[in-house]
Amino acid sequence: MESSGAPTRLVREIADLGAGDLASAGGKAASLGELTRAGLRVPPGYVVTAKAFALAMAALDPDGLLRDEIARLPADDLGAIGRAAAGVRARITAAPLPASVAAEVTAAHGRLGAGAAEVTAAHGRLGAGAAAVAVAVRSSATGEDSAEASFAGLQDTYLGVGGLDAVLDRVRACWASLYNDESVAYRRRLGLPEDGLGMGVVVQRMLSPRAAGVMFTRSPVTGDRSVVAIEATWGLGSALVAGEVTPDSFTVSKVTGEITGRRVGSKLRLQTFLASEPGVTAVAMPIEMRGRPCLTDDEARTLARVARRVEEHFGSPQDIEWALLGDDPAFSSLHGETADRIMLLQSRPETVWAARGRSPVASPQPRASDHILSRLGKPL
Amino acid sequence: MDGNESAPRFPLPSEIADAPGAEGWRSMYPYFTRFQPEDDQRFWFYNSMHFPEPMPAFDTVTAEVPYSAIGANTARVFVFPTTLGIEHRIVNGRVYITAIPVTDPEEIGRRAAIFGERAAHYYENWDALYEGWKLRMRALIGEIESITVPELPEFEDLEVVTEARGVAQNHYVRENFHRCIDLFSKMWHHHTEMLMLGYGAYVVFFQFCQQAFPEISDQTAARMVAGIDVIMYRPDDELRKLARIAVQAGVDDLFTEGCSPDEVLAALADRGSAGQTWLAAFEQAREPWFNVSTGDGFYHHHRSWADDLTVPFTALPRYVAQVRDGSLADRPTEALRAERERIATEYRELLVSEEERGAFDQMLGLCRLVFPFVEDHKFYCEHWFTSQFFGKIREFGGLLARFGVLAEAEDVFQLHHTEIDQALSDVMLAWAAGGPPLGAAHWRPIVAERKRMLAALRDWSPPPALGPVPEALNDPAVRMLWGVTQQTIEAWLRPDESAIRGFGASSGIVEGPARVLTDVNQIGEVRDGEILVCPVTAPSWAPVFGKIKAAVSDIGGSMSHAAIVAREYGLPAVVGTGDATKRIRTGQLVRVDGDRGIVRVIG
Repeated sequence: MESSGAPTRLVREIADLGAGDLASAGGKAASLGELTRAGLRVPPGYVVTAKAFALAMAALDPDGLLRDEIARLPADDLGAIGRAAAGVRARITAAPLPASVAAEVTAAHGRLGAGAAEVTAAHGRLGAGAAAVAVAVRSSATGEDSAEASFAGLQDTYLGVGGLDAVLDRVRACWASLYNDESVAYRRRLGLPEDGLGMGVVVQRMLSPRAAGVMFTRSPVTGDRSVVAIEATWGLGSALVAGEVTPDSFTVSKVTGEITGRRVGSKLRLQTFLASEPGVTAVAMPIEMRGRPCLTDDEARTLARVARRVEEHFGSPQDIEWALLGDDPAFSSLHGETADRIMLLQSRPETVWAARGRSPVASPQPRASDHILSRLGKPL
Repeated sequence: MDGNESAPRFPLPSEIADAPGAEGWRSMYPYFTRFQPEDDQRFWFYNSMHFPEPMPAFDTVTAEVPYSAIGANTARVFVFPTTLGIEHRIVNGRVYITAIPVTDPEEIGRRAAIFGERAAHYYENWDALYEGWKLRMRALIGEIESITVPELPEFEDLEVVTEARGVAQNHYVRENFHRCIDLFSKMWHHHTEMLMLGYGAYVVFFQFCQQAFPEISDQTAARMVAGIDVIMYRPDDELRKLARIAVQAGVDDLFTEGCSPDEVLAALADRGSAGQTWLAAFEQAREPWFNVSTGDGFYHHHRSWADDLTVPFTALPRYVAQVRDGSLADRPTEALRAERERIATEYRELLVSEEERGAFDQMLGLCRLVFPFVEDHKFYCEHWFTSQFFGKIREFGGLLARFGVLAEAEDVFQLHHTEIDQALSDVMLAWAAGGPPLGAAHWRPIVAERKRMLAALRDWSPPPALGPVPEALNDPAVRMLWGVTQQTIEAWLRPDESAIRGFGASSGIVEGPARVLTDVNQIGEVRDGEILVCPVTAPSWAPVFGKIKAAVSDIGGSMSHAAIVAREYGLPAVVGTGDATKRIRTGQLVRVDGDRGIVRVIG
């Protein structure tokens, strides 16, 4: 899929993105665009492109001296790395956004808020005002290889961000997270260049899901491609990603929808987003919800069907983040079919089993009955 | 594992105490079924699938004869490389079994060479051999049906003299009884003749599926194999047909819930040509399709539809009502076939290479080749032949009762077949000598005591297994036939008292009120949305599958008829629980987990 629109744009709508925008918008944003193209549901939003990041860096480090200094740090001097990285982060977060970037973000954010206001107004509620729409601000790494994928985990995500000023702050914070101590140390260890560094920042309408989690279009345990493995918890998936809960897990056959594995986890913490409070609210999970499955079998099967569509669209096994909406008024128009309540937050290629491969477990024999002998003829 | 706690283990056979009130149980069974001291060294498991109840003395013939035939087939005829036969023992009336494996690689190699040639002959000529098999089995059924039980009248017929037969009827008492046992044995040899190879094809395909798709369930692999046109569906199809004819002919008013077969048949005779039309269709359906057992052919009290017409006449009113309101549908065979192909095709596409797909095609093809036999043999063997067999033994019981040796015909099933031999000798001698048989004083107290002991043995809870925990239990035949795996053994070792464990036969989890039926005659009681809990789901139970939410049985395995039907209806099913009908009461809320094979009472 080729890149659409002008590559030099500083801010672009997610719905306009595709796989070809990986370098300019980052992997997360590009995959969200692809999911939208595939007809799947993605929270509406926009991406602040790598071009915007480049503009900002050019403004605060015009000659690249700062980045040269980092590139020269010895990989094993963690003290020096820590000091230099902190300096860069402070510079990034303190500098105001370049005016052109700020203007485009403000415009895009206004459109997002207007959309939300329309939805709420249509449901007889007062629009909260365009600028007040709550969003998630998420780093979108521009690297392509699998090393970058695990590296992406080091970059920041901010949930429940309300108000334009806060959004602008969080965009800078995401950029600064490229200079986390761990990220810098990682790049130094691998000898990666500092000057080609880039990042997109995704800004999407914040969800308040009933349950959320991750799913793989093959078994992470056995590599079996005939199943979708789902992990889920109540509320936001961030509790699961952060390892605060033992999630519920389901293994669903892609072919029959049969649930071949089902384990109810012990979900002790709950992260939610409340429209009345910024950020994520983390509380102890109400006792009665801890040991209760957060998905019905039907929901697990529907998630698996969605996962299969994602896999088919990308043409390879995927690692997907998802959320299942419950009674979010802003999305109440979507109620009804389970599939319509499933929102996808990210999809990226599964890398572990893809790298391993599998040799055939049997090959054709002269006679079909030879299979019997070759298997039954061996010690058990 | 906690070092201070001793590892869980199973009782040793020698540690089993006699069930209270049934201390004399050994007297019911032959010496070769008793546990020996050295049996403590081996792992045994309770064959609850085939023998969920304490064994009446005669019914042990359904263990003795099949194990004699199965072992002969695997160890001696086809020379399976890694397994000899199955040994069985009886303790407190329950049948425990163990397979004797071959583990020496050299010995396996020697056997494999022989097995390859012999097995290939059957697989390569399967369809032709199955046609011949059916003819031989029909002949055996004809033979058992033709056996007569001599009446032993006061004087022999004149023809015995004029035709110079020279042999009096009392001779045929023993000869004909022996023929019953001998034919039963032959039937079981033919039963295993193709069955073990059939299961071999399943085992190999299931193993392949598990390697290629570690998360696949046996149930899903089975769905790729299942044949659509198999005769085990015929009895139920015949009932649907009879319901349609009743409505067409205008005699449907006679088929009401709770109707008595005798009254309906008598009333039909008075309904002119319409009644005759239905009765003619009924006679046609009856032979052979009403020879279907209400059980699975392992106990004498599993009667056939032909023996007890209340079963089909309980189902008929429901089908008649469905014909009237237009809701009676035939099995959607085309949709079932299409779904089976879709599942197989999609799994096939997920394989890693064309090479692997080629192997998959061969193995699946072999399974589908053997499937009709594996499914249909049950109708010929366990249902048709065995119903006739038990009927003949009952007739011999009638003879013994007529001569006063037994109080009633049914008591014959309290005697081992070798004991019946003795009792018949007694009658033969008494008839010849003109005096009374001596058996009344001998056998009647024995029968009464055995009935009392069997009742006491029902209260004994058999441990699921005995002897040392095996390091690895990967026997594919044991897994395929009995659903026993390493996980099963783990679950047995750490029993969860609130869980009723069986074999997950059809996936899904549902909750609903239980309807416990101990007899198929009660199927009229089942209400929509209930969970059927029954001893065994043979084809006789088919009429309720459209009504229920899930099925739970005491007996059955993953390729059992119940499992296949439940998968077709998309109902969760747990089979082979051993005692669900005793642990669940009608009206209790239960949760059926057809994936893991667990049933729980939840309210």
